[in-house]
Amino acid sequence: MSKPSLFVPLGVFALLAMLLAAGFGLDDPHHLPSALIGKPMPEFELVDVLNPDRVIRKEDLLGHVSLINVWATWCPNCVVEHPQFLEISRQGSIRVIGVNYHDDIEKAQQWLQKYENPYWVSVADTEGTLGIDLGVYGAPETFVMDAKGYIRYRHVGPVTRNVWLDTLLPVVDAVKREQVEQTAARG
Amino acid sequence: MIPELGHFALILALGLSLTLAVLPMWGVIKDNRAWMRSASSLAAGMFVFVSISFACLIHAFLQDNFSVDYVARNSNSQLPDIYKVSAVWGAHEGSFLLWILVMSGWTLAVSVLSGSLTLDMRARVLAVMGALSTGFILFILFTSNPFERSLPVFPADGNDLNPLLQDFGLIVHPPMLYMGYVGFSVPFAFAIASLLSGRLDSAWAKWSRPWTNTAWAFLTIGITLGSWWAYYELGWGGWWFWDAVENASFLPWLVGTALIHSLAATEKRGVFKTWTVLLAIFAFSLSLLGAFLVRSGVLTSVHAFAVDPKRGLFILGFLVIVIGGSLTLFAVRVAHIKSKAGFDFTSREALLLVNNMLLVVAAAIVLLGTLYPLGYEALTGGKKISVGPPYFNTIFVPVALVLFAFMALGPFSRWKRTPIEVYRKSLLPLLAISAVIALLFALLYGDSFSAWVVICVFLAALLGTGLLLDGYYRIRSKTAGARLAAVFKQTPSYYGMWIAHLGIAISVIGVCMTSIYSDERDVRMTPGDTVTMGAYEFRLVGVQRIKGPNYIADRGNIQVSKNGEYLLDLHPERRKYLVKGNVMTEADIDPGLFRDLYVALGEPVGTMGAWAVRVHYKPFVRWIWFGGLCMMLGGLITVFDRKYRLVSALKKQRNWVTDTAEVSNA
Repeated sequence: MSKPSLFVPLGVFALLAMLLAAGFGLDDPHHLPSALIGKPMPEFELVDVLNPDRVIRKEDLLGHVSLINVWATWCPNCVVEHPQFLEISRQGSIRVIGVNYHDDIEKAQQWLQKYENPYWVSVADTEGTLGIDLGVYGAPETFVMDAKGYIRYRHVGPVTRNVWLDTLLPVVDAVKREQVEQTAARG
Repeated sequence: MIPELGHFALILALGLSLTLAVLPMWGVIKDNRAWMRSASSLAAGMFVFVSISFACLIHAFLQDNFSVDYVARNSNSQLPDIYKVSAVWGAHEGSFLLWILVMSGWTLAVSVLSGSLTLDMRARVLAVMGALSTGFILFILFTSNPFERSLPVFPADGNDLNPLLQDFGLIVHPPMLYMGYVGFSVPFAFAIASLLSGRLDSAWAKWSRPWTNTAWAFLTIGITLGSWWAYYELGWGGWWFWDAVENASFLPWLVGTALIHSLAATEKRGVFKTWTVLLAIFAFSLSLLGAFLVRSGVLTSVHAFAVDPKRGLFILGFLVIVIGGSLTLFAVRVAHIKSKAGFDFTSREALLLVNNMLLVVAAAIVLLGTLYPLGYEALTGGKKISVGPPYFNTIFVPVALVLFAFMALGPFSRWKRTPIEVYRKSLLPLLAISAVIALLFALLYGDSFSAWVVICVFLAALLGTGLLLDGYYRIRSKTAGARLAAVFKQTPSYYGMWIAHLGIAISVIGVCMTSIYSDERDVRMTPGDTVTMGAYEFRLVGVQRIKGPNYIADRGNIQVSKNGEYLLDLHPERRKYLVKGNVMTEADIDPGLFRDLYVALGEPVGTMGAWAVRVHYKPFVRWIWFGGLCMMLGGLITVFDRKYRLVSALKKQRNWVTDTAEVSNA
């Protein structure tokens, strides 16, 4: 005769398996269909990492197609993807905006000095509030934002050369093309 | 042709593993001795064919066969040969082939070294391992074939191995880690076999112990190597990040540690049987969970492999069958098992129970932190959060410290009941000595007083002096000759415990000192500039351009002096790997017993020839890995204990073969 308590481990595992299956159904985590896609970028008011006296708002970022890169000094993958962002910003075809997530502003400054700064601006999201509004899962994450401030794409994990060429660049090009067409149609 | 041969060998191995899963087990049911005996040759055959397959993949890498898609993605003709070989396990498909090779190696080892097992028990154990192998080989053949060709058009050269992985640490880290992960399949198989047979006795614990200790030792060194690799290769001097994949290797380690101790109690005193079986199932289940987390892409991490939903679904299905099946078996079969012996709360059994509780709680904390983001997201329909080092440090560290305090009692405890007098007599002086050591150390060392240092040094000293005192008790005699004889009389089990526990004390010191007293500066230096850290002075002499086999690098020359006297030159490099254009930092480290000097070269800053330089002073950081090394050594030494008779098992095996041959002739 089995005691019911012996089934507890099995029950716990069943819950765990359901959780894993759910996590699995939820997303393919490297390109999450974020709830935010097609929605406006959340409003925020955060200071500039390199110039903490200067406050940056969402309005300051509009007018250009941008990459929003969530990074942190505690994130090893951010070091991995960093050279790619340096190259993207060197090419100059798109603005890279940094969101320094759950971090210490001084460490972030040192980090940027050490690895070179690819960002047009980095905002200090010390409390993680913008991260929460963006639905950030961890660092690094990268969003494509169009000129009107709408989120168009989300990538979770490091942006390697392949990710940039195969995934993000096509999205960026499509968004840019669309904007040119809209302008043309209006004109 | 050769890659197809490798693929074909893998298919043959699948046939053998499937037969191994079915035939011996069927033999047990039908009481057919010939079928039961087939397990050994099937295990050997499986190992041979998996080895052939693995050799074929190595061959494809060494020959720069870029028509094989996996080779093209992870190698390059300019890669040094040693890295071409290690690139075999540099990504998902090949590393899983390594996993299967290790699995078939463990299966073979069990079949060769289990001469003391009864025929039916051995058949059951090997059949369980065959079933696991079948699942693994099916997975690789259907979702991750490393021999896939990209014909007719294939690249002229390969995509190169990720430069982070072009390193000695990566050559040895995955094989060791997999030896550990997969090694836990052996106690798992023993547990399942015992549940099936209903013979869950202390003989079962005795068989399982050397295997568990070996697997644990490999896992320990695997994790240690990983930490060491992260320290010198990632270029920013950290040694543990509470990253999801690190946690995935830490979980089976914690539960495996609990299992080692609970097996001891089960073997010696026949207690905790149910619990031990459960731990054996958990240790391997957590290894599988780790594989799921890394390879399904459910969590992202620095180590995560490419995401493929098909793979994740397959592993999840496998997890459900293996873990769900074994836990069901556990629930159904374990009910009639009773522990026969009682014990006092002062006994060694009680201490081991506390050890188990704390280790399992620690594992639960890590598991919760690792899966919490996933659960939160599932429950809230897509809201995401992240759990970082603050959670783990805040919750895990206190549990670990309590565990260390109980560990110190361990050596003095006795089975059944320990007279309180024993604890009092041994511990009171030790407590006093350790407190003095801790306070003196915290006051004299470093610039600032830290309560954490007092606590850690106190616990480490308590552990260390406790071990010394216990060792002294054991060899205490009148004459020098008798003392020497007593040194040799102690069992390998005792020495193993002694060294492994000492390893913990050493690691505790390392972790604590490095966390509290590390000094790191990020400075901008032009040639001629100096930076001072305590007694050390670092002077940037210059930076020059050099050329490596598949990279070009800026190589800094930094002169270090101590108290004004020249000490040595350090040469950190910033490498640009040519194929993918990745830039890597190669830190240069002057290792030392009491401190590491760690210098990494950053980007050039401005136009005046200045460089960003990161300089670290890391006290006692080596102790972390040295402790890990001691733990591994301790784990391995116990295996040579005569009571396990592993050494004589080979001889037995031969006798057994002749015995059974006579039986079948008769």
